[in-house]
Amino acid sequence: MTKQNNAQPANKTDESAQTQIEFNHVAKSYGENLVLDNINCEVKRGEFITMVGTSGCGKSTFLNMLLGTVAHSKGDILLEGKPIVAEPSPDRGIVFQKYSVFPHLSVRENVAISKEFEASPVLGRLFGERRKQALTETDEWLEAVGLLAAKDKYPHELSGGMQQRLAIAQALIKHPKVLLLDEPFGALDPGIRKDMHKLVLELWKKYQLTIFMVTHDLNEGFYLGTRLWVFDKTRHDPHAPHRYGSTITFDLPIGKTDEASFVKIEKSLESNRLSA
Amino acid sequence: MKRWINKTPSKTLAFVLGVIPFILVMALYQWGSDARKAENSNDKLLPSVGQFYSAIDRLAFTPSKRTGEYIFWKDTVSSLKRLLMGVACAAAIALVLGLITGAIPLMAANLSPIITTLSLIPPMAVLPLLFIVFGLGELSKVMLIIVGITPFLIRDLYQKTKEIPQEQLVKAQTLGANSVQLINRVLLPQILPRLLDALRLSLGTAWLFLIAAEAIAATEGLGYRIFLVRRYLSMDIILPYVMWITFLAFLLDWLLVHASKKAFPWYHSAK
Repeated sequence: MTKQNNAQPANKTDESAQTQIEFNHVAKSYGENLVLDNINCEVKRGEFITMVGTSGCGKSTFLNMLLGTVAHSKGDILLEGKPIVAEPSPDRGIVFQKYSVFPHLSVRENVAISKEFEASPVLGRLFGERRKQALTETDEWLEAVGLLAAKDKYPHELSGGMQQRLAIAQALIKHPKVLLLDEPFGALDPGIRKDMHKLVLELWKKYQLTIFMVTHDLNEGFYLGTRLWVFDKTRHDPHAPHRYGSTITFDLPIGKTDEASFVKIEKSLESNRLSA
Repeated sequence: MKRWINKTPSKTLAFVLGVIPFILVMALYQWGSDARKAENSNDKLLPSVGQFYSAIDRLAFTPSKRTGEYIFWKDTVSSLKRLLMGVACAAAIALVLGLITGAIPLMAANLSPIITTLSLIPPMAVLPLLFIVFGLGELSKVMLIIVGITPFLIRDLYQKTKEIPQEQLVKAQTLGANSVQLINRVLLPQILPRLLDALRLSLGTAWLFLIAAEAIAATEGLGYRIFLVRRYLSMDIILPYVMWITFLAFLLDWLLVHASKKAFPWYHSAK
């Protein structure tokens, strides 16, 4: 019982609005424990999807299936019509909440490393003039995320927000088809979080990215993307809590968001939290 | 009044408190030595400070009458050579095996059981075997050190490789890294400072095996000398040698710490 199909934008004529990602009857279980069930959705290029839900609702599992670190148990996940590769690959960029950058590399080296992976298949390292060139090429991306001034610093010299900017720059340089954000701003101060929201929206528009973002902050989810998903269980068996998995229970285009739906979703999250 | 657990010494007080046990030990020794000398001026068990000086002078600053060599320095050089060769070989083996077992689950499944089994063999029990296989020369002593510390190093580095956040490995893959590149650029550089940490921990054990090997079969070396002069109850040589070994151990540890800080500043400031 899903509602997501009602909520899709109507214009299907636009070339860029083709379906990019498709989930058909996808389920994920760990043994007896059914985490996600009956996930059906289509996502078009350029959409910005935010995902909320109580902890353990499966929103991170959903993201990890898309990323390729978790294999789905049933159904099909299609990326541009083809089944996704079940391991991480350059067509899907990722920013985690923490540990997304390499501590032993400077800011520039962190961004240039993907160029080095591309050009040097064994060592993964460039030398001399080619290395210099790869490092200089990173400047455009560092500029885009506002890190150009810190280009020679090491991650431990950066604040949490700057580290996340770096992680985003790393992902963008590969031009991923989708950008996955796993609670990327969860550990940041509110003020910095606002700046990061601005940055993400800016980059999303500039590079026409498709973004999936998991967040535990409903406000963030409500106002950041073009589409908000809520993960929740539609049935609950108190004697066998793992029998039914979560699915996408709300699928709201952000344009239609209003106070009433906000309160409704917040209430449903709240009641879950209490019953859990 | 503050609880004892909340009282912290000032720098000066900490220094004084730290020095006191050393002074006590030296005073106790002096008192013991004086007391024994008063009873028997030829006592060999607790030699006086003057006797230490003359022993050191004889071994370190006067050429040996028989060979013309400076015994103390010759012992030092040959012991350090064995120690460093053993530790370097062990480090190289452990780095490779620790990294590939930590990075590649198939290799871990393949190699972990045998590494665990080998690490349970007491190295001293296979010393005779090493002598038989590698002869009584330098090689068997170096081999004992390798056999003695490599299993620990491998298992430590395996663990440390595993502890590198999974997020970084996923990130590298989304940046297009293959397995070899991932090991070369993400894991190896982050494991090197951890290897130096592990080496610091294993140096004490390395000394143990070095001295054991030298005690049993050698013609020179710090451990050899100590066990040789034991027959003549030459405490005036044994004690300075022990102090010298202690100092060398301290020096190697200090060098490892400083080399690591110099080479891997990101590792030390991130902690």
